Amino acid sequence: MTTAVFPLFVAIPLGTAFLIPVVARRRKGLADGLANFATLALFAAGLAVMVLGTRGVYAIGGWRPPFGIVWSLDGLGILMLVIVNLVSFAATFFSIRYMEGYTGHAKYYSLFLLMVAGMNGVVITGDLFNLFVFLEIASFASYALVAFGCEHEELEASFKYLVLGSIGSTLVLFGIALIYGTTGYLTMASISEAIRGGGKPLVLVLATTFFFAGFGIKAALVPFHPWLPDAHPSAPAPISAMLSGVLIKALGIYALARVFFNVIGMDRLTSIVLVTVGGLSMTVGVLLAVGQWDLKRLLAYHSISQMGYVVLGVGFGGYLISTGGNAAAASLSILGGIFHLANHSVFKSLLFLCAGFIERATGTRQLKEMGGLFSRMPLTRAATTIAALSIAGVPPFNGFWSKLLIVFAAFQAGYLGLALMTIAVSFVTLISFLKVLRYAFLGSLPDALREVHESPPLMIVPLGLLAVLCIGMGLLLVPAVREVVLDPAVAALVNGGVYARTVLAAFAGE
Amino acid sequence: MIYSLCFVLFVIGLYCALTKKNTVKIVIGLSIMEYGVNLFFVLVGYRRRGGAPIIGKADSLTQFLSQAVDPLPQALVLTSIVIGLGVTALSLSLCIRLYEKYGTFDITEMRRLKG
Amino acid sequence: MTGMSLIVKTITRWVMVFIFLYGAYITLTGHLTPGGGFAGGVIIACSYILLTLAYGKQFALRRLSVRTASRLDSTGAFLFLAIGLFGIWFGGTFFVNFLQRTFPGREFRLVSAGMIPLINIAICLKVSVSLFLAFIIMAVLRIETAGDGTRTMVQKEEEE
Repeated sequence: MTTAVFPLFVAIPLGTAFLIPVVARRRKGLADGLANFATLALFAAGLAVMVLGTRGVYAIGGWRPPFGIVWSLDGLGILMLVIVNLVSFAATFFSIRYMEGYTGHAKYYSLFLLMVAGMNGVVITGDLFNLFVFLEIASFASYALVAFGCEHEELEASFKYLVLGSIGSTLVLFGIALIYGTTGYLTMASISEAIRGGGKPLVLVLATTFFFAGFGIKAALVPFHPWLPDAHPSAPAPISAMLSGVLIKALGIYALARVFFNVIGMDRLTSIVLVTVGGLSMTVGVLLAVGQWDLKRLLAYHSISQMGYVVLGVGFGGYLISTGGNAAAASLSILGGIFHLANHSVFKSLLFLCAGFIERATGTRQLKEMGGLFSRMPLTRAATTIAALSIAGVPPFNGFWSKLLIVFAAFQAGYLGLALMTIAVSFVTLISFLKVLRYAFLGSLPDALREVHESPPLMIVPLGLLAVLCIGMGLLLVPAVREVVLDPAVAALVNGGVYARTVLAAFAGE
Repeated sequence: MIYSLCFVLFVIGLYCALTKKNTVKIVIGLSIMEYGVNLFFVLVGYRRRGGAPIIGKADSLTQFLSQAVDPLPQALVLTSIVIGLGVTALSLSLCIRLYEKYGTFDITEMRRLKG
Repeated sequence: MTGMSLIVKTITRWVMVFIFLYGAYITLTGHLTPGGGFAGGVIIACSYILLTLAYGKQFALRRLSVRTASRLDSTGAFLFLAIGLFGIWFGGTFFVNFLQRTFPGREFRLVSAGMIPLINIAICLKVSVSLFLAFIIMAVLRIETAGDGTRTMVQKEEEE
C-alpha cells in the first residue's frame, strides 16, 4: 500500500458528505447506509495503514515543500487516525437507531462526515495553514451538530460554543500569521528547520502564547473550558461521544503537541505552563464533576479532568526533556499521556453512548430521578460499569494502565507531589462514578420508569465493541503490540527534530 | 507600527465579543476580530514600493520577483475570509433561532443551562 | 416582501443579466486576473439576491427552488472533489494539474492553466448557490406569535 491512500482519508468522508443530500432525500435508510459504509471504510483503511506500516509523505499536487502542501503520517498521526475513525464508526452505527427521533437524517450525516473529514485532515496534514482550514471545517460542523435538535438548551449551548470556538480559531490564525511573518514558510517541517537554527525571538513567544490559547480553547483546558459543560450535554448522544471522544483531542491536544514538540520546539517555560494547566484541569474538572446531578454534564466535567491527565503526562515529559532530566521517565510519561488519550476516547465515548441511551429510555438526565435500571437493562448496565471502572482507573481495565504509567514516571523523576495529586484525582473520579452507578442502576425503580426496556440490538453492537476494547486495551502495553502502536507515537514527540528531518529528507532525493 | 494597530483592532473585536449582551453585537465582535487578523496577515506580505503580484506579458521574471508583494498571504486571507463568512452566516442563523425560542436577543435572559 | 415599485423591477430585469455575466467573467478569467471562483460566485449570488429584493421571495423561489439549489450545491462540491481525484488517476497525486501536463496552453490565454478554470467554475457554482440559499432561507422563515405568546417559525406565503 503506497502513500497514495492518504488523500482517501479526507476524500471519502467529503465525497460521501456531498453525495448524501442529493441521493438520500426520499429513501429512508440510504443516508444511514452510506454514512456507515464510509466510516467503516475509513476505519479499515486506518487499521490497514497502521498494521502494514505505511509511513511517509505525500505532496499534494506534486508540489514539493516549501512551495506546496505536504501531508505526512508518522506514529502519532496514525494512532490518532485509527482512534478518530474507530469512534466515528461506533457513533454512526449508534446513530442508526438513535436518530429516529430527529428529522433531517441526510443533513445530520452530511455534517457528521464533514466533521470526520476535518478531523482526519488535521491529523494527517503537515502544513500549518492546512491545519487551520481543517480545524475550521471540523469546528463548523460541530457547531451545527450541537444545535441539531433545535431545542432551547441546544441553541444556547451551540451559540456559546460558537463564540468561544471562533475566538480560539482566530487566535490560532494570528499565531500562524506571526510564524509566517518571521520564517516565511508554512510547511511544518521547514518552519521547524528554520526555528531550530536560531534562538527564541519575542515574536515566537507571542506566537506560542496565541497557539496555546487557541488550541487550549479547542481542547477545553482550564482557563478556557466554559463552553464544554454546556455544549457536550446538549448535543445528541452520538455527537457528544464524538465531541468528547475525539474532537477535543484531535483539534486540541494533537495540534498542541504537534506544534509545540515538532514545530516550535519544547522549552522549559512552555512545558511548565503545560504541566500547570494540566494539573489545574485535572483537579478543577473532577471537583466540579462530583457535585453534578445531571448525568451528561457530569461526564462533560470528567472530560475536562481527563484531558488534564493527558496534558500533564505530555507536558511533564516535555519538561524532563527540555531540562535534560531523566530521559526514561520522560518517555514513560509521554507514553502514559498518549495511551491515556487513546483510552479516554474509547471509554468516554462508550459512557456518552450509554448515557444517551439511558436518557432516551428514561426521558431524563437527572440522576435523582433514575434508579433501579439494574434489572431492566442488563447489557447497558454492564457496558456502563466497564466504562466507569475504566475511567476511575481500576485494574485490569485500560484506564488503570495509562494512569499507572503517568504516576510511575512522576515517581521515577522524583516529583512526588505530582504523583500524589494524580492518585488523589483518580480517587475522586472513582467516588463520582460510584455515585453514578448507584443512582442510575441500583436502588428501586420509580413508578415513572416501569416501561423502560433494553437497548435494541443495533445500539448494543457499538456499545459492545467499545466495551471489549476497554477491557482489551491494556494489552497494548505488551511489548510486541506496543512497538507497532504506541512507541512510534512516543518517538515522534520525544525526538522533536526527527519529524522535520524525515519529511524534508523524503523530498531531498528527488 | 501598523502591526500593533492590527492587534488593537483584534483586541477591540475580542472586547466586543466578550462583553456585549446582544447576540448580534457579539457576532459583529467576532467579525471585527477576523478583520483584524486578516489585515495583519495581508500586511505581513507587504514589500516597500512593491507592485501587485500579477505578471504581465512584457515583464521580466527577475524584475517582477524583486518588486512584487508576496501573493501567498493574499490567497490565505481569501480562504480565511470565506471561513469568516461561514461563521457569520451560521451564527446569525443561531441568533434568529434563539430569538424564536427565547423571545429576546439578550444573552443574560438565556440562562437555562446552569452549573 | 411583495417586491418593489415598477421602476425598480424594470431596471432589475435589465441589470441582473449584466451582473450575472460579470460574475461569470470574473470566474472564467480567474487564472489571469484577480478574482476566481469565490469572487465570481458571490457576484452571481448577488444577482439572484437582487432578483429576490426587487420581485419578492416567491418569484425568486419559482426561478430557483430550494431543492434545485441544494442539488446544485452538492454537485458543485462533488465536482471539485472529483477534479482532485482525477488528479490521482491521470497524474499521480491528489489535485495535480493534470491538464496542464497533457494539454499545456500558451500563457495568458483563456485556456491555459490546466484545470484551474474548471476548479474555478465548480467553486463559483457552489458558492453562488450556497449564498443564495442562506439568504433565501433567512428571508423566507418568519416568526409568528400565537395567541398565548408562544413563537413558532413558519414559512409564510405572501400575498401577491
